[in-house]
Amino acid sequence: MEIVLAIVVGVLYTVSVYLMLRRSILKFIIGLIFMSNATNLLVFLSAGLVPGSPGFIKPEGVAAETMADPLPQALVLTAIVIGLGIVVFTLALKYKFFELTGTDDLDQLKQTDS
Amino acid sequence: MSLIAFPILFPFILIIILLIFRSDRLSRWFGPIGTGLLAMLSVYLLVLVREHGVIALQMGGWEAPFGITLVIDYFSALMLVVSSIITFVVAIYALYFLTARIRLNRFFIFFFGLIMGMNGSFITGDVFNLFVWFEVMLMSSFVLITLGRTKDQLEGGIKYLALNLIGSLFLLAGVGLLYGKTGTLNMAHLAQILTTDDQAILMNTSAVLFFVAFGIKAAVFPLYFWLPASYHTPDVTITSLFAGLLTKVGVYTFFRFFTLFFVHDPQFWHQLILVIAGFTMVAGGMAAAAHYETRRILSYHIISQIGYMIMGLGIFTPLAVAGAIFFTLHNMLAKTNTFLVSGMINKVRGTYLLKNIGGLYKEYPLMAILFIIPAFALAGVPPVSGFFAKFILIKAGIENGNYGITAVAVLTGLLTLYSMLKIWNEAFLKVQPHNEFEKNTIQKLSFMEYLPSVILGAASILMGVFAYYVFDFTMEAANQLLDTELYIKTVLKGYQ
Repeated sequence: MEIVLAIVVGVLYTVSVYLMLRRSILKFIIGLIFMSNATNLLVFLSAGLVPGSPGFIKPEGVAAETMADPLPQALVLTAIVIGLGIVVFTLALKYKFFELTGTDDLDQLKQTDS
Repeated sequence: MSLIAFPILFPFILIIILLIFRSDRLSRWFGPIGTGLLAMLSVYLLVLVREHGVIALQMGGWEAPFGITLVIDYFSALMLVVSSIITFVVAIYALYFLTARIRLNRFFIFFFGLIMGMNGSFITGDVFNLFVWFEVMLMSSFVLITLGRTKDQLEGGIKYLALNLIGSLFLLAGVGLLYGKTGTLNMAHLAQILTTDDQAILMNTSAVLFFVAFGIKAAVFPLYFWLPASYHTPDVTITSLFAGLLTKVGVYTFFRFFTLFFVHDPQFWHQLILVIAGFTMVAGGMAAAAHYETRRILSYHIISQIGYMIMGLGIFTPLAVAGAIFFTLHNMLAKTNTFLVSGMINKVRGTYLLKNIGGLYKEYPLMAILFIIPAFALAGVPPVSGFFAKFILIKAGIENGNYGITAVAVLTGLLTLYSMLKIWNEAFLKVQPHNEFEKNTIQKLSFMEYLPSVILGAASILMGVFAYYVFDFTMEAANQLLDTELYIKTVLKGYQ
């Protein structure tokens, strides 16, 4: 199961990089969502998968070896919430920018460089 | 010891109050007073650290390494003190220089959000917690940079946001790999595990992810492009705030990670850091020399100066690390100050372009003095703070035999001097050219408008005159960074 998820993480990263290199701002944001999800999965995988065991148990409950590590799950929950907030802000920013300039083309964003 | 949590809690309380009472009149008082109290608190924490060495607080009573630990050692305490001074002066500056379109209440909500995230990054002892504080800081800075909602700001904001978000995701991926291999996220516990483990070389994958993430935050050589593309767009108050603080948090985490637990492969990492430091200095310095707009010159110059700080980490002797910390503290003060002065120039002339302004020395002699202090400090002219910072770094470089990077550092000093002299010559000495900006002059700036810059200038001078005492502190901080025993023992008191 871990190997499948590892491949999924890899595919998600690939997709995100491809989307980020496109010219459209919207596609860039979708790429960002993909990358954030790939990273979340990576963190989730870091403790290994323990199928069929709970993360939280009664005090007298199960031995430590058989229980799932709850920490990465907690980390991922936090990361998902943070990611959600960021995506919402990014979309709002993109909307404002589109309203002001009417363009979705990243190549048009050359004014502040030099 | 629960005072340790206050640099985080206090801004949080202020944010809630400002959210409930959305009045600009109230914010006028809350900004300066809140940051002033924070500054006092930081100084008190430094005194505590001087008494006890390292102080730690286990949040919620969960003993380390299971809970989240807040730790303050000399380095964090010094960073807290200097950053709180900067936030204090910027809070005063905002009252007079923030454009009327931005409401003070909104500004101060995100201003305190930024302070909360920054203080959290300085005092946390947990890697994941650091990521969360980074995000708090980034979110606030995203909003601040686009607060004026002009086209430039939105564009700069998109660039700033894009690269920094990718940096954050790198950081999170690094956290994941770190946890997968060691099973802990407590920094002291990580240090204990990784310094004794003979397979620590495997940690390089994780360390590289952290290196890229912090490299983006600190704006080092190949990763700095978000900075010059965005820093010149927002209101000058916000740029001054960012210039003094944001990149330095990246430098701080560099030091924390690569002295505390990523110490397993020194040949590779120190060499890499030195090479990148050299390129950062030169690339930033050259670009600064090529520009003719005060904020752009100063933004590129931030990058150049980051190179010096990283250089101290690459040399990795106690003296070099002490020099780098000294340099960081001095740079935060002086850099913010130059931005504050460029804001004043904009206020009296209405433009940042050097070719349109001139003759300020005759009209505003006090402003000229206020510019020359941080400019001398950055260029490294004695007796202002920058001279000693560079002197310590260069001495450490020569003593350790790193002649290449030392030569680069000395030569980059000339580039710095050149770009500072350029602003001085063009804005202050040259005769005002006849154009529409000539009549734009406000007759006088009030004392309160000068005050923020005066405070920072005085701090720079005092840091130069009493360099001996400041150096004592930074040396102590460097010793604590390189000898991690006390840090580990304080945090993992009940564990071992």
